[in-house]
Amino acid sequence: MQALVLRNLFKIYKNGVQALKGIDLSVEEGDFFALLGPNGAGKTTAIGIVTSLVNKTSGRVEVFGHDIDVELEVAKSCIGLVPQEINFNMFETVFTIVVNQAGFYGIARPLAKHRAELYLKQLQLWEKRNSIARSLSGGMKRRLMIARALMHEPRLLILDEPTAGVDIENRRSMWEFLRDINARGTTIILTTHYLEEAENLCRNIAIIDGGRIIERDSMTNVLRKLQTESFVFNLRSSCDRVPELAGFSAHLSDDHTLEIEVSRHQSLNDIFSQLSSQGIEVASMRNKVNRLEELFIRLVDNGAKASAAATHAEKVS
Amino acid sequence: MNLPTSRATTEWIGFKTILIREFSRIVRIWGQTIVPPAVTATLYFVIFGSLIGKRVGQVGGFDYLQFIAPGLIMMTVITNSYGNVVSSFFGAKFGKHLEELLVSPLPNWLIVLGYMAGGVLRGMLVGTVVTVVALFFTHLTLQHVWAIISAVLLTSMVFALGGFINAIFAKNFDQISWFPTFVLTPLTYLGGVFYSIKMLPDWAHWLSHGNPILYMVSAFRYGFLGTSDVDLALAYAIMVSAVILMFTLAVGLLNRGTGIRD
Repeated sequence: MQALVLRNLFKIYKNGVQALKGIDLSVEEGDFFALLGPNGAGKTTAIGIVTSLVNKTSGRVEVFGHDIDVELEVAKSCIGLVPQEINFNMFETVFTIVVNQAGFYGIARPLAKHRAELYLKQLQLWEKRNSIARSLSGGMKRRLMIARALMHEPRLLILDEPTAGVDIENRRSMWEFLRDINARGTTIILTTHYLEEAENLCRNIAIIDGGRIIERDSMTNVLRKLQTESFVFNLRSSCDRVPELAGFSAHLSDDHTLEIEVSRHQSLNDIFSQLSSQGIEVASMRNKVNRLEELFIRLVDNGAKASAAATHAEKVS
Repeated sequence: MNLPTSRATTEWIGFKTILIREFSRIVRIWGQTIVPPAVTATLYFVIFGSLIGKRVGQVGGFDYLQFIAPGLIMMTVITNSYGNVVSSFFGAKFGKHLEELLVSPLPNWLIVLGYMAGGVLRGMLVGTVVTVVALFFTHLTLQHVWAIISAVLLTSMVFALGGFINAIFAKNFDQISWFPTFVLTPLTYLGGVFYSIKMLPDWAHWLSHGNPILYMVSAFRYGFLGTSDVDLALAYAIMVSAVILMFTLAVGLLNRGTGIRD
């Protein structure tokens, strides 16, 4: 079953900005799905339409088969939203916020209190249950929004940049938590600017840019499309010129750091043997940037070039 | 997902939750919600009732204090019902926690009903406090309890809905104070709270009949004194119509997403 289906979704804001230009997208039930795109690409607008915070201009949205134009309340009851911006009442306590949210979904108070304890404990917020929300740290506020979104145990959890501003330790524990939620059957749609996060967590991906989906595939297939990767080699001893590396493009970023582009068909062993034959010892090695990040930048750049070319062609004609 | 079996149960729990949240807010900020009206009412009773009232003598066959007490209670109910919803709903919109409700499966009519009930609740709480204050200065008789209850509830609903509509359109905090300052307060003061319209010259008497608050205050006063400046049937027709029209308007605006959704 499809957890989410978007068909020919358009959004034109009152100021004339066309945020979505006919998006088609489907997300399978049980998936952990990444929706990526640069700022202003249309991710938050799309999520806003699905969660009925934004009115669509045209198109169709179905959540687990429920059309939001026909069965809005049923569709909404299937969704849990963790928005990009903090949006709880800063003057209420942590416990009140989550229990009230359950009430808005028709969960009786005794069950709501039970779930509040469960999720606040799982998200390490139980000790803070009687604290006023505004007194929480940035990471705690993000975790509170996740706990709140889970109170009605939604079938589809949408997280709009849930780890923005969260330190790496907290981010990783949130990843574990989300993996666990997904393993128990909740479909998750994630938008993030940390592409490492998407690569680590998500099985499928869509990249949106300029209001259009420019890529939609499995994470494995998308990464496979990456033709070359840049590797950074830290050299044991200093090097005053770029070593001769047949078949590879290389340059020195400093006398101890060598950057080499490696295509999909080339072997790292070849690099090591060539360096070794020249007496150059490698102390350590890493990817220059995250693989997904590299692909993302290329796709978005290509999209921007294509869009600029189309605009230029229009002007010429 | 564990939704209760019936939609009615979901809606009832949702309504109760909104009401509990509103009640908690009223209690949490009691220094802004409960105390100031009690202090203001005390000052009104001392100044208009005990000091000036003694010189005024009788109005419509009643002591001036007896005459203005229902008006002062109603004035408090009007401003607090309105103020509660306008500040709570606009605060939720401004702080974005209104989104908690907008993404939930609660229908818009229920959200309006919940906020309206919150406004009525504060109106009744503060109205009760002012009634108790009034009893320190005068004695209140209960001529028609049904009129007291129905008039105060309907009036409170009307102004709670008014606050809701104001909050929907408001874009900043200034805009939630314009209507109370420039419309609500003048209409309330000119709505027969402090005087009987029979005391006015003909033109002012005639003009007063265009003020809906006059009908509300008069119907409420009828419950205490047994006499009214206006036709009661007309007063109730105005109050009931206003509730229906404003509720429909509020739900319609929420459905359209006016001031809330892009």
